[in-house]
Amino acid sequence: MTYASGEAEVRAVDHLSLDIQRGEFVAVMGVSGSGKSTLMNIIGCLDPPTSGTYLLDDVAVSQLDRRQLAILRNEKIGFVFQSFNLLARTSALENVELPLHYSEAVLPRRERLARATAVLTRTGLAGRLNHRPSQLSGGQQQRVAIARALINNPEVLLADEPTGNLDTRTSADVMGLFQSLNDAGITVVMVTHELDIAAYAKRMLVMRDGRVVDDRLNDRRTVASEEQARLQHAMTNAMLDERDADAH
Amino acid sequence: MPTSGSRWRRHGLIVITAVRALRRNALRSLLTALGIIIGVAAVIGMVAIGNGARASIEESVSALGQNVLTIFSGSNRNNGISMGTGGTANLTLGDYRALGSEVPGVVALSPEISATAQAIANGRNWSTTVAGVAPDYTGIRDWKLTAGAMFDEHDVNSASKVALLGPKVAHELFGPLNPVGQSVRVRNIPFVVIGLLESKGSGFGGGDQDDRILIPYSTAMRRLTGERYFRSLTIRVISAEAMDSTQSQITTLLRQRHRVQSAEDDDFMILNQKEIADTMSTVTGSITLLLAAIASMSLVVGGIGIMNIMLVSIKERTREIGIRIALGARPGDIRLQFLLEAVALSLAGGLIGLALGVAISTTVGALSSLKPVVTGSSVALAFGVSVLIGVFFGSYPATRAAKLDPIDALRYE
Ligand SMILES: Nc1ncnc2c1ncn2[C@@H]1O[C@H](COP(=O)(O)OP(=O)(O)OP(=O)(O)O)[C@@H](O)[C@H]1O
Ligand SMILES: [Mg+2]
Repeated sequence: MTYASGEAEVRAVDHLSLDIQRGEFVAVMGVSGSGKSTLMNIIGCLDPPTSGTYLLDDVAVSQLDRRQLAILRNEKIGFVFQSFNLLARTSALENVELPLHYSEAVLPRRERLARATAVLTRTGLAGRLNHRPSQLSGGQQQRVAIARALINNPEVLLADEPTGNLDTRTSADVMGLFQSLNDAGITVVMVTHELDIAAYAKRMLVMRDGRVVDDRLNDRRTVASEEQARLQHAMTNAMLDERDADAH
Repeated sequence: MPTSGSRWRRHGLIVITAVRALRRNALRSLLTALGIIIGVAAVIGMVAIGNGARASIEESVSALGQNVLTIFSGSNRNNGISMGTGGTANLTLGDYRALGSEVPGVVALSPEISATAQAIANGRNWSTTVAGVAPDYTGIRDWKLTAGAMFDEHDVNSASKVALLGPKVAHELFGPLNPVGQSVRVRNIPFVVIGLLESKGSGFGGGDQDDRILIPYSTAMRRLTGERYFRSLTIRVISAEAMDSTQSQITTLLRQRHRVQSAEDDDFMILNQKEIADTMSTVTGSITLLLAAIASMSLVVGGIGIMNIMLVSIKERTREIGIRIALGARPGDIRLQFLLEAVALSLAGGLIGLALGVAISTTVGALSSLKPVVTGSSVALAFGVSVLIGVFFGSYPATRAAKLDPIDALRYE
């Protein structure tokens, strides 16, 4: 994958050969600028590779036209962008509903809103349905973006730093959601800088200068429900400690 | 498989999105539509006023009567420049009789000789136009009587002192009373009123036709003016088809009688009512067309304004477009969204312009004697043209939006 940047060609992703099976949960790591987002854009059918091939479900994506790519993105892929990319001046509910506007068979309004409400509830935003992005915290916006990626029941969930703005507790909740989606058969690929977030995945990739330099299975996988319990316990302990301190 | 219901829903959502975007920038939308508003209002107003002018001209021309030729004494041209009428009076009683007996197409004719005179009756006094005419005159001009009867050949032969009053004269002298049978003194000569003319309104060359007294031409010549010549002769021709041939026969006859040399111009002028009507409606038609063409320039300017704002708006909303494309909007969806925005803008402008144009026409109608006519076809045209302008000037920006690359668009600041 190359970008023309002034005179020089930027090889954002180079000589990369990768095979991801249905049902995998992959974490992509690497330093800033190593090509993680570019790889996600290729997998997400947003940016067909300038050379080389990308097969999604045995379909050669680089040979599809813009219309076919749009249909593919809408039906098979849920994308959580690094910078959320929510529509400003539009409520959380309408943001989440948006992909349904472009599906092949558009549902009636009531069904669309019901589905949007359901995914927002699942990401813990039931009480923020009519808030606009500017009225939401960074973490809440991130969860709206996740809800939007899930609305069309995608086969592949791509998330570029889905926990970048979340605290440990909420991160664990989001990872729990991803793990349960993955258990239900959805392929998950996520970019993260944090090793303990990557630990939720089944497979870990490390990129450097547009290449995959490390690719291994995660044999000590964090299970979200256990982590949530551990955090709950830690928090309870902290509160008890505080009370004890007050008592003295 | 998409059902037709879901396809409608898809387009319906795009319409809603487009209209919302316009409402979000209501002031900007209004200002952008202003060009179309002014253009449509101007076209509607111009065409309505032009139609009104044509109708009123046609009305006054047809008030002259059907298949009517009018001969005026004196040549109408001097080095090609029209000098109007009223050269030396040279139409004689002989001309009048010869036209009646020698030109087969002439079915009715009347001379006319007129003077301004004071009329006194009933202790009241009114200055009016007294016209000496033949019994055929009212028939030729399709002029009905509301009371009494026209004088006849006998009255002409004996130069009877009988008169018909125009409604205005009757009103000034007798008020609401029936003047028939009453006496009127014109230049101190007593006349008996034998008829009352119907109202005809203001005439073609100005002047109130209702403010008039008709008397036999012989009476006028002998008792009133002492003149031997007529100012004009009014002729009814047998049919519209015979107008041209009759006109040339009359020309030949009068040139002979007046001994006009073949190199010389006519010493009389013939006005052909049909020709006047045709000329006038061609003139008003082309003036209307010209004004409408100027007005429609404003439509083009308005269309360019729409294109400009659409381009700006697409720049501003690059990120939004990128998001929509990334989430699965197809190029056709984006194209349709922005095309609909442009069409909605110009259509809204067209509707407001239509209302404004009708208001202008109504105001003009209320303030002047003109009766502007807003026709269904000009309304349909305004509609059609504003939709076309939206499509034409919206296509390029919409296509540009549809071609945006999602990755570039999402990165756009
Ligand atoms: N549109 C573009 N034009 C030019 N260069 C680009 C473009 N997009 C990405 N690059 C370059 O490609 C390389 C990889 O970028 P990418 O966004 O994939 O990095 P990343 O791994 O996601 O980094 P981060 O962790 O900071 O998000 C960078 O060097 C970047 O400068
Ligand atoms: Mg990135």
